[in-house]
Amino acid sequence: MIVLSALGSRRAGRVIERNYRFYRRQWLMFASGLLEPVFYLGTVSLGISQLVGDVEGPGGEPLSYVAFVTPALLAVSAMNGAIFDATFAFFFKLNFQKTYDAMLATPVDPADIALGEIAWAQLRSGIYGLGFMVVMVAVGAVLSPWALLAWPASILIGFAFGAVGIALTSFMRTWQDLEYVSLALQPMFLCSTTFFPLSTFPRPLQLLVECTPLYHGVALIRGLTTGVVGLETLGHAGYLLVLGVGGLAVASVRLQRLMVR
Amino acid sequence: MTAPARRAFGYWAVRYQAVWRAGLVAGVVGPTIFLAVMGLGLGTLVDDQASSTSSLAGVSYLDFIAPGLLAATTLMTATGDATWPVMTAMKWAKTYQAQLASPLGVDAVLGGHLLFMAARLAATSAIFLAVMALFGAVNTPLALLAVPAAVLTGMAFAPAIAAFSALQDRDLGLILWYRFGATPLFLFSGAFFPLSQLPIGLEVLAWVLPLAHGVALCRGLSLGTLALVPALVHVVYLALWGVAGVAAARASFTRRLVR
Repeated sequence: MIVLSALGSRRAGRVIERNYRFYRRQWLMFASGLLEPVFYLGTVSLGISQLVGDVEGPGGEPLSYVAFVTPALLAVSAMNGAIFDATFAFFFKLNFQKTYDAMLATPVDPADIALGEIAWAQLRSGIYGLGFMVVMVAVGAVLSPWALLAWPASILIGFAFGAVGIALTSFMRTWQDLEYVSLALQPMFLCSTTFFPLSTFPRPLQLLVECTPLYHGVALIRGLTTGVVGLETLGHAGYLLVLGVGGLAVASVRLQRLMVR
Repeated sequence: MTAPARRAFGYWAVRYQAVWRAGLVAGVVGPTIFLAVMGLGLGTLVDDQASSTSSLAGVSYLDFIAPGLLAATTLMTATGDATWPVMTAMKWAKTYQAQLASPLGVDAVLGGHLLFMAARLAATSAIFLAVMALFGAVNTPLALLAVPAAVLTGMAFAPAIAAFSALQDRDLGLILWYRFGATPLFLFSGAFFPLSQLPIGLEVLAWVLPLAHGVALCRGLSLGTLALVPALVHVVYLALWGVAGVAAARASFTRRLVR
């Protein structure tokens, strides 16, 4: 947090407040975003889990399929929470609605905007994460007290995706460019060991999967909910943190360049 | 097909010429990723489990899921083509109104757009089947009939979705359909697992909704296990939804376009 506040000021809070006021009238849309992973979980627990036996867990020990998939869907949920506002909505506000031009007519500066939008993405991830934590307890996928840390972990995922999303979106010029976001997210959702362990992939694909941020988010949360916590846990969290801070730095510089001409 | 509807179809076809390459790439990439990840990846786990063999009637998970996904994907294609495009043509771009200013009537305007949706379904389903064949998930020539079956499945939804989209004033309704309608339908249609595993209430609900019939039809054709009577039931049931959807779409288009 110290790193973050050094990059902006407390006026970033106003940017968050703007989003809050906007979504207060769109609460149904906001809430519905939480449901998609819940539907997937329903399919897994009612259907697929009966076709699949135990799966290799993070420590190599067998894990029920529901306990394997649920933490991954928490990570997906956190990613979804951050990504829409950081990409599609951000692009719209930046280029069409001119929301940020209006903000710059006030004491808010580009760094505040970058920080505020990323913090908002984190907040939304945190809300989705918390909602999904309740579901996770309900389906009995919490196997360790470490699982309490899965909530801050979901906020960290929101930070990483929010920051990278805004940084990348600042380079996009047309709506067609944003198709790359969907193009990247769909395979990432399916492949980040969400539905089956890394060992199922051929080795070259394993290396590719290990580079993606969602993989680290999934591995982080799965380690916590199953109580397999160690140096890798810090490694996964560190990866997301570095990604987020890097994204935030790029986003601040880019917004400065785009808006202050 | 009436000549005026063909005119309206021509409009959508000409517009599509600008983006058909992207459509082709998406049509190939989407099924490839899904079949690789779910069929081969998840399939490894399913096929390792001895009891799954009996649940899936002895077929591999790839063979089971591929035709199911073929049918279920038509719901997503129909949703994509009959939501925002219809609302845009009705409310924002006023394409329909422009077409009505020509000698075309409401039936031709609607018919042309639905025809275009059917053509898109035919193209995406044929591509899907080709990808299935590359994965080795096509084992009988009967599987070729899965393409018209998939078009029928998609057209059980497209007119009804168009009827709904035509009446919307904000796109919130479309988002809600996608999240609360299409997504759960897609997941609980029997594409991913046999419906008999569901609690009885949900199983009955799944069979009332048309997608389960499309999945069963495509799967039966692709595996070559389809008996005549169930096949007819599936076809007639899907067609009924399509006909009812067209009636609903006519009503909502007329209400919006003719004052």
